[in-house]
Formats: sequence, C-alpha cells, structure tokens
Amino acid sequence: MENNAKFLTETALRISGVNPRKCMKCGKCSATCPNYDKMEYHPHQFVTMVDRGQIEKLMESDSIYMCLSCMACVQRCPRGVEPGKLVEAVRLMKIRQQGMDHKGPRDIPPMVDEKVPQQLLMAAMRKYRK
Amino acid sequence: MQKIGVFVCWCGSNIAATVDVKAVAEAVKNEPGVVVSTEYQYMCSAAGQKMIQEAIKEHHLDGIVVCSCSPRMHEATFRKTAEAAGLNPYMVEIANIREQCSWIHKDMAEGTEKAIILARSAIAKLRNNMPLQAGTSAVKKRCLVIGGGIAGIQTALDVADAGFEVDIVEKRPTIGGRMAQLDKTFPTLDCSACILTPKMVEASQSEKINIISYAEVEKVNGFVGNFTATIRKKARYVDELKCTGCGLCMAKCPAKKGKNEFNMELDNRPAIYIPFAQAIPNVAVIDPEQCNKLKNDKCGLCERVCTAGAINYKQQDELIEREYGAIVVATGFQPIDANPLNELGYAENADVVTSLELERLMNAAGPSKGTLVRPSDGKHPHTIVFVQCVGSRCDENTKRGKPYCSKICCMYTAKHAMLIREKYPDTDVHVFYIDVRTPGKNFDEFYRRAVEQYGVDYIKGQVGKVANENGKLMVQGSDLINGEQITIAADLVVLATAIEPDPTARSIGTMLTSSMDTNDFFTEAHPKLRPVESPTAGIFLSGVCQGPKDIPETVAQAGAAASKVIGLLAKDHLVTNPCVAGSNELLCNGCSQCEKVCPYGAITYIEKEVRGPGVREVRRIAQVNPAVCQGCGACTVTCPSGAMDLKGFSNQQIMAEVDAICL
Repeated sequence: MENNAKFLTETALRISGVNPRKCMKCGKCSATCPNYDKMEYHPHQFVTMVDRGQIEKLMESDSIYMCLSCMACVQRCPRGVEPGKLVEAVRLMKIRQQGMDHKGPRDIPPMVDEKVPQQLLMAAMRKYRK
Repeated sequence: MQKIGVFVCWCGSNIAATVDVKAVAEAVKNEPGVVVSTEYQYMCSAAGQKMIQEAIKEHHLDGIVVCSCSPRMHEATFRKTAEAAGLNPYMVEIANIREQCSWIHKDMAEGTEKAIILARSAIAKLRNNMPLQAGTSAVKKRCLVIGGGIAGIQTALDVADAGFEVDIVEKRPTIGGRMAQLDKTFPTLDCSACILTPKMVEASQSEKINIISYAEVEKVNGFVGNFTATIRKKARYVDELKCTGCGLCMAKCPAKKGKNEFNMELDNRPAIYIPFAQAIPNVAVIDPEQCNKLKNDKCGLCERVCTAGAINYKQQDELIEREYGAIVVATGFQPIDANPLNELGYAENADVVTSLELERLMNAAGPSKGTLVRPSDGKHPHTIVFVQCVGSRCDENTKRGKPYCSKICCMYTAKHAMLIREKYPDTDVHVFYIDVRTPGKNFDEFYRRAVEQYGVDYIKGQVGKVANENGKLMVQGSDLINGEQITIAADLVVLATAIEPDPTARSIGTMLTSSMDTNDFFTEAHPKLRPVESPTAGIFLSGVCQGPKDIPETVAQAGAAASKVIGLLAKDHLVTNPCVAGSNELLCNGCSQCEKVCPYGAITYIEKEVRGPGVREVRRIAQVNPAVCQGCGACTVTCPSGAMDLKGFSNQQIMAEVDAICL
C-alpha cells in the first residue's frame, strides 16, 4: 500500500472507529440496504475496499452520497462492523479535503435546495448535535 | 539441623550442554543443611534413583533436592524413590534447571549462575518443609446423571454396563431429549426415533438404571466420591406404578388447549398427557396450569375413566436424598429465541419457522403427520428459503446472538433441503449461507449431494429482510457471488437458529461449583487432554452442555464420560492430596473472603471456642474440607489476616525461596 493510501485508510478508520477486519463477508449489510441499487459500491464492498486501502476510489464515488445514513446495516451487522460509519467517515474526509470550508448548522437553511445532498445535512446534524 | 542431599542431573546434554552441572553441585555444597551434593547423567534412570536411595540411607538424609527437569515431568518419580528409601515423599523438592534454565539460555556462564540460584531457592524451601501424609476417602458406588437425552442415556447405559448403579434425573416427563424430536439424522438419513427409542427402552429395563423423570436436582453437597444430592420429584398427579399408559384419560380430557411442547408448540395437547407415543416412562402427567380439577376443583373426568385408578390429584412434590460417587452433567441445549432478530419476521409470520419446528412438521408423528405444509394455511409450500447462521457467529457486543458457530446447522439444513427435494420435487429450495462448514465423516459428500444430485440452490450471502406481501414471504438477501441484491417470493422460511445451553445449566453449574464459560457451556478440565472432566473433581461432562455437538460426537463423549466415571467408581478409596489449605484459628476473623473465592466450595465456617495466649472466646472460623480442596491457593492470597496457608506451599516456604533468589 502506498503512503497516501495508507494515510487515508488510517484516517477513515480513526474517524469511524471501525475495524473492517471483523467482517466475515456474510452480506447482511447489503441484504438490508434500502438504497442498494443506487450504491455504486454496495455496503459489503465498501467495507472490503476500505480494508484494501481503496479510499480514493470511494471518495470519488457517488456511493458516499447515495447512502441514506439510515444505519440499518450498523444495526443488523452480526459482527458489529458498522459499515454505515465507514461510509460516513469517507464522506467526511471528502468534505474536509475540499478547503476545510464546512458550515455550521445555522449556515445551512438558507442554502438548502434540491442540489444539497441530504446526506450532508444528516452528517452535519450528527456532527454538531453534541 | 536438617540433613539435605542435592542431586544435579545432566539430562544427557539437555542440561549439561548449557549448565556446568559439576559447578552447580560444588556451589551448593556449603549451603546450610546440605550434607551431600552430587551430579549424575540421568537421575531418573534406575541407576540414578538407586544413587539417591543409597545417599538417603548412608547420610540419614531427611530431605532431598533434585535439580532436573520440570516437576510436572518427574516429581512423582522422585517422590516414589524417596518413599522407597524411607523418606516422606513431601520432603522432596525439584529445582527446574531444564525447562526454566538450560533450554532457554545459550550462555554457559549465565545458565550455570541461574541454575545455582534455582538450586539454592529449592534448598531454602526444603528447609521449611514438613512431612505430609496423604489421607484417603471412601467412594460411594453410585452415579448421578443430570439430563436424560441421548448423552445422559448413553452415559448411564455404559456406567450400568460396568455394574454400577445409575440414577438419571430428567426434568421433563420423559427421557429422550432433543433427539426424540428429530425426524431423520445426517448423514445416513436413518430415522432418529428408530435408533433412539431402543436405547430408551434398554435404559428403562436395565436393573442398574433408575430413571427419575419429571424431577430436578435441587441441592448438591459433598465432594468427589461422596456427593449428596437432593432431588425434587415434581407431582405428576398420576401414580407412576399404577398408570399403564393406555391413553384413555388423554382422549377424554376436555381441556385440550395446552401447548404441545414436544411438537414445538405447533399444535395442542390435553391437560393430562403423555408427551409422545414412545415416552419412557410411559406414564401420563397432568399440567397443573391447564387442568380444571387442579385449578378450580371442577371436572375430575380422568379419575373416573382411569381403569387403573392411577390419578391422584393430591399428589405432592417428593424430595429424594441420595449419595453418589460421581455426577455427570448432560443438560443439553435449546434453540435460541428468534424473536429479537426482527428483520426475519419470526414473530409476525407463522410461516417463518425454526429448523426444530421444521423437524416436527416433517415428522410422521408430528402435527401434520409428516406431510410438509405451511403452518398458516396448511398448504404445500412451493418455494422454501433456508437462512443459515441465525444468531450464530455474532460479535458479542452486537447483542444479536452467540459468538460461536452452532456446528450442527449446516448439516441439518442440507438434510432438510435434500429430504424436501426428494419428497416434493416440485419445490424450489434456496439456502442463504455465510460459509458451509461440513467437516466430518461423509459430511461434505452429503452436502455436495444436496447441491449436485438434488439441485438445492445455495446462495452466498445473508438475508436482510423478510416481509409478508399478500401471503407471500418476500425474502430480500445478498447474492455476493453475483454481486446483487435479490428478492425471493417464498412460501416458507426456515431459520437455522443457534443453539444455546439449556437454561437450567447455569444453576446446576453453580450447585456443582463446576466452572462455565460466558456462554454457559461447562468448561472442561483441559481443552484437549481432559475433555470430558470438569475442573471440579468427580463432575463429568457429556454432550452439548460442554459445547455444540452432533449426535455421533455426543455419543462418543457420553461413552468417554462413562469410562471416567467407571474409573472413579471402581476405586474403593481415593488418595487425597495433602497439599491443601488450612486456617490458623488464632488469626482467622471469619470474614468469608476465602469462601467467596474458593472455586471448589471447600470452605465452610464453624463457631469455635478459641484458646490462645490471652484469648478465650467463641469465634467464627474458616474450615477447609481437605477432601474437596484442590490446593489452588486462591484463599491464601485472599486472606487479609494471613490465617490461610497452603501445606507444602506455605507463605513461609515461598518467602524463603524468594529470599534465596534475592538476597
């Protein structure tokens, strides 16, 4: 694994607190996923790709916005891998990468239109809820 | 002053190559108490042992130190050697200069220095040794088997075969256990009842076996060879000796709404019932929750129709107290509750069933008389989906099930799928799996036959949702190999639910002070070398109570447990280990801490008048039963007042060893 890929993987794991090696490839997450068809990389593939260090590929994929953040995969996973948290971590990495210009919750309402991915709102709410 | 002999072994080159054995013998020559110090090539050989014995006699030694291999290897050998020469065997100390010295060092100087230190510490300990006498205790020639499933039955038969009396205590009204509920057995597809019921009959007809059914063990006292058990025989309200099992009462009983436990509650049974046709004992039992006579003092129909006069509404629970030499735990398993895994819809849909329920649905004696029908509408299902690993192999923190593999599910699902395709070729059978695990004789061949010969569709992936749409069960799952999410419209969904120890196992484990793991499986004394014995002496393990197993493995373990029981019961007396704990009554303040940490239940308390210098009062004092104590030392390190001490490993001895190393 080259250095950048390694750094990105470590970042994704640190943000999410997930250990993808616990996955035993049962497919429960993808079997559960309500937006399976829209996800370029399905939840079980997402976990494997993080483990293999393919974070850049994931950051460029629409999958990180197609995930509904419903966390059904997190709840159902028999191994406690929490795939949804990985998706969220990669999404955060993408957001942070683009100039550190993320907004606070008060900045959001005037900007909301159909172009703003719902997932961004969800992520912001989760992040600033505390 | 004591007279101590030191004997340094070369162990060929095992020790001598890294330790200068002559230097060791020379170095300890002038230690206090040492009168003779020598070395030899093989101390454990006949010549080496003779050398020790002659030295004991010649120098009138009253203790010896052997610097050799681990005490696990030859401590017993050298104790026997010393005993034959008239020395107390507990006046022998081993300094381990092989495993803990020569084998782990390369440098001769370092190795020699360490060997000398180890020898000195053994000498220091020996100076504080006291001669110890091993006691004996008698063995009661009777065995208690808790649980009357195939494991308990097999153990009882084997123990009885050797001529010892056995009591089987079964909590249900009949023996037979889970195996009696099964339809066919893998991988030979022979009928479960056909191979089990002859064993049940054999057990009931054996003169040596006494079946105490509908009973539970309430209390166990004592220790290996001398257990006393109190057994509560629950009221059946039917006289076991009079009832002929004719079944007339069952036919006449008007309260027919009892859940039929034997059929996994898929149909009903009367309030007075015999669990199944081949039940042993073949005696009816009244369910007090259902019976109108017992609840409201109305009805009494069964008493009127019974030609044998066996019904007795006044019957009370009976307490039986018996003495046993050995106890075998064979408490078995139950399937886990599938209700909490709500995505699989077990609670809402009658047509989502567990595998054990399917066994009853396919069994000729089951609620549908062997015709495979859906529980909801009685129609033949055309598409059946099996889901593997339901509640098995889960991370413990997810609270979704058990961390272990239940082991039997892969094989019984292959069996179910095969039997269904054989009997109803118009049925589509799909199996969602994570891994297919089929190690075992003719097991993988069996699974491949299900796929290749019977065309069962195995899909790698799990099921995420089961939803009822107009009577069809829409099963949404992953097909990981084709990389797609698929939905199958099924008529019947079968869950291969994990198995867990019977819920009574925990209380029985506590009663027997027999250790268990976090999943309530009984722990074996050694995972490889003592697989059928509990760490608590005199307690043996048989069947699934120790871990998931199929029938052949259960029977094998049952036989192994029986052979261990026979080995114990064949002895008239047991030699007890004299290295046991004891409390100094002048120091003990009766705080109960030792009792709490004792894993064997060896410590009790007595009120005793204590007379010592300036003391004369009645005090609560810890007392150790030497026959139960295994000498683990947990109490000695727990005791806050230093009253507990372990003979042969006293605090004084250990500190002398430490001093010899450090000073």
